[in-house]
Amino acid sequence: MTTPVLEARDVTMRFGGLTAVRSVDFTVNAGEIVGLIGPNGAGKTTFFNCLTGLYVPTEGTVSYKGTVLPPKPHLVTQAGIARTFQNIRLFANMTVLENVLVGRHTRTKEGLWSALLRGPGFKKAERASEERAMELLEFIGLAHKRDHLARNLPYGEQRKLEIARAMASEPGLLLLDEPTAGMNPQETRATEELVFAIRDRGIAVLLIEHDMRFVFNLSDRVAVLVQGEKLVEGTSDVVQADERVIAAYLGEPFEGDPGEAEAAEVEAAEAAAEAPSTTSSTKGEAK
Amino acid sequence: MTETTKTPAPDAVPTPTPAPRGLLPLPTAAARALLLAGGIATAASAYLAWTWTAEFPGDLTFNGYPGGLQWLTFTAGLLTALFALASYGVRGLGWLLPARNNAPLVLTALGGFTVTWFTVIAISAQLGGVVNLEPGGWIAAVASLLPVLGAFALPQERTGTDGTKETLKAYVAKPDRIPAAQATAPWIQRAVITVVTIIGLGVFTYGIDTEYGELFIGYLFVVTFAMWALHTAGLMDRFSALVAANRSFTLAMGFAAAIAFPFTQTDDHYANIGVNILIFGTVALGLNIVVGLAGLLDLGYVAFLGVGAYTAALVSGSEFSTISGVHLPFWASALAGAAASLVFGVLIGAPTLRLRGDYLAIVTLGFGEIFRIAVNNMDGDSGPDVTNGPNGIANIPDLNFFGFNFGQAHDIGGFTLGRFANYYLLMVLIMAIVVLVYTRAADSRIGRSWIAIREDETAATAMGINGFRVKLVAFALGASLAGLAGTVSAHVTYSVVPTPYQFAGSTPPNSAFLLAAVVLGGMGTVAGPLLGAALLYLLPEKLVFLQDKSLLAFGIALILLMRFRPEGIIANRRRQLEFHETGQLDVPKQTTLTDEPAVTKAGA
Ligand SMILES: Nc1ncnc2c1ncn2[C@@H]1O[C@H](COP(=O)(O)OP(=O)(O)OP(=O)(O)O)[C@@H](O)[C@H]1O
Ligand SMILES: [Mg+2]
Repeated sequence: MTTPVLEARDVTMRFGGLTAVRSVDFTVNAGEIVGLIGPNGAGKTTFFNCLTGLYVPTEGTVSYKGTVLPPKPHLVTQAGIARTFQNIRLFANMTVLENVLVGRHTRTKEGLWSALLRGPGFKKAERASEERAMELLEFIGLAHKRDHLARNLPYGEQRKLEIARAMASEPGLLLLDEPTAGMNPQETRATEELVFAIRDRGIAVLLIEHDMRFVFNLSDRVAVLVQGEKLVEGTSDVVQADERVIAAYLGEPFEGDPGEAEAAEVEAAEAAAEAPSTTSSTKGEAK
Repeated sequence: MTETTKTPAPDAVPTPTPAPRGLLPLPTAAARALLLAGGIATAASAYLAWTWTAEFPGDLTFNGYPGGLQWLTFTAGLLTALFALASYGVRGLGWLLPARNNAPLVLTALGGFTVTWFTVIAISAQLGGVVNLEPGGWIAAVASLLPVLGAFALPQERTGTDGTKETLKAYVAKPDRIPAAQATAPWIQRAVITVVTIIGLGVFTYGIDTEYGELFIGYLFVVTFAMWALHTAGLMDRFSALVAANRSFTLAMGFAAAIAFPFTQTDDHYANIGVNILIFGTVALGLNIVVGLAGLLDLGYVAFLGVGAYTAALVSGSEFSTISGVHLPFWASALAGAAASLVFGVLIGAPTLRLRGDYLAIVTLGFGEIFRIAVNNMDGDSGPDVTNGPNGIANIPDLNFFGFNFGQAHDIGGFTLGRFANYYLLMVLIMAIVVLVYTRAADSRIGRSWIAIREDETAATAMGINGFRVKLVAFALGASLAGLAGTVSAHVTYSVVPTPYQFAGSTPPNSAFLLAAVVLGGMGTVAGPLLGAALLYLLPEKLVFLQDKSLLAFGIALILLMRFRPEGIIANRRRQLEFHETGQLDVPKQTTLTDEPAVTKAGA
């Protein structure tokens, strides 16, 4: 249970003068579901991007099962970390099945020559890929839409498809960036089941969420990121009871309050990002 | 009929939607009759003399036999009459109008009208006044107007409260649902495909063989309206389904038709047009891998054709080659040309493919021009003596396969195949290779990763795709296919010079025309770029009277096409769904990937 899959050491990400992630140490163990929460603009997505090589961390290293990962997204996926995106990034004009097949990219080898020559090996590999992809589509319940274009799926199904596509790369760790954003309560419930089912397949899950019930229900452990720093980490009960967390969300001053200027900067960047109306009210309280 | 069965109970409010009626107030029966009679009259009027002098090309002075443009009027009239008969429900013609809609009638009527009036106006304009029309010309003009009147008098469902513009659109709209075809035996399906292929070959050959610009324009009118009519009738969809069910048979028929083309020609000039179209089309298909699949906008693609051509010329044994002692057999020079292009592709691609979008386009444009200028300067004066500069490499000897000399005419089964016909057949082989490469690569792991990169590069790399590497493969593959085509083109044209390998010019191939062929024909399809290339080659070739205005006309045509059919003439299913938000059933209307969710982010 305690073999670490993911170990982030001292990860820092600076954008010019803005430090979006500050010296974060983070571990995910095999078979765990870990939640990552924090107010808007806390740096959660940035941290994900550092883990998956989309950003090269200014400082720090990320290792997967003991080996340090190079900050190249395709090598990270190859190693066994797959992810979804906060703003769904499906291949909009590919079919549902094709999307999942693209996810299989790192687990198949057929190059241009074998595609041109179409030997028996190629056909076998294509068939195996398709079977595996269909099995995943069954798993998330989209098998009947295999030939639909991804862009034509309803929102909730697009989220699910993104998960299936990520799972197609046979990861040991799955990073989900707000998997229930935009879902109705039933869909959120279903996603909860889905995450448990994914964990039962032996895949560790690290997820960012704003839906607190969802996170605390699911997670074995929850970490709280505030203004780029990891504030608290522990079981759901511990985190829920922690004063600093409540303060971070409700806006009481907390220890190690960053400078006024930096807070304003983060505020501005947040405002620049499309902030939905529900969040602005919370932010109002935070001031 | 159907209205009576739907009549509401007497005490119900009267139904608010008015019964469908036509734009022109005529009874439906009269409208139909007008269509049928008008169609027949139009076809018959082609047998009259339209003008008194043979000065108008095609000699339209005979009574009793159609000439030139009159044949087109005849065809259009016949089509109108056929569709009219089908709308009457004549047995045996039901398949022409499976959805029983008006659009095919309207469109064929318009086709006849357009070509006839175009001819009549062209006669008057060219010979100086309407006095040059014989009574037959007047009759034809009136006859071709009748079916149009009939067509717009047909009842149209959506007339209602919409404006006239909407109604007109509704008249030529394709119905949402075409009744499914009955299952047919495989041999019938194949027979249909064979017949369609033969007709297609005939139509295509007619287009290539048109002798004067007016005839070609008329041809384009008739073909466009006829295709449009068949499309709205749902016959195109049905044929696509047939093709999908008999893919390899269709492919074989397509190549059989391509091979048959030179045998239908008596003049080697048309085989020359054919071989040039094939070269152009093959290169466009190679570009389609780069642009259509991988989404890399390459504006200097024609340089790879040039690399292939120059390589082949250098090793052809031409006395003007700077290594004139070398004379490789064709297979070796073809491989050398493809390999040289591949090397150039990698050399140019490796530094540039790290750029995205517009930057890549600009850099490839630059490299394309660098190639031409470098070749222009490598004449021993301003650079090393490799290419003879602007003089190029002339006197490239004809190919010789096992004693079969491509430069001479050969008699095969009673047909004489001239020099260009020989090369044409060689090009068909090359094109077959390129089509095979394209289709196989597209439908594979590498093809999917190209499309994924095109769709969303960030997501693609996050799925484990090494973006740079697969883009380089696409670039290099496209380059080597162009190089392969270039090796043949060097022999066809006897000499290679730097001028054709430029970014834009008034004759194909150049990078702009190649890109236009891909976009116009339909990105991401096989037939699209080939059709686009054929059109773009034939237009400047046939419409010589446009002269220096051809680029202007071409630009306008391109803008119009992109406005009304952005997915190209032949639509890839993917792109069709991309541009027109319909076509997929059980799809909720308002979901696109860019829509932000009604977020449940509570922030707390
Ligand atoms: N590429 C970038 N360049 C500059 N600043 C960035 C960049 N990416 C993120 N930031 C900034 O880093 C901070 C953290 O952003 P991030 O998207 O990681 O927040 P988050 O915790 O995911 O927020 P949310 O809950 O709204 O998704 C923000 O202030 C953001 O504006
Ligand atoms: Mg985020």
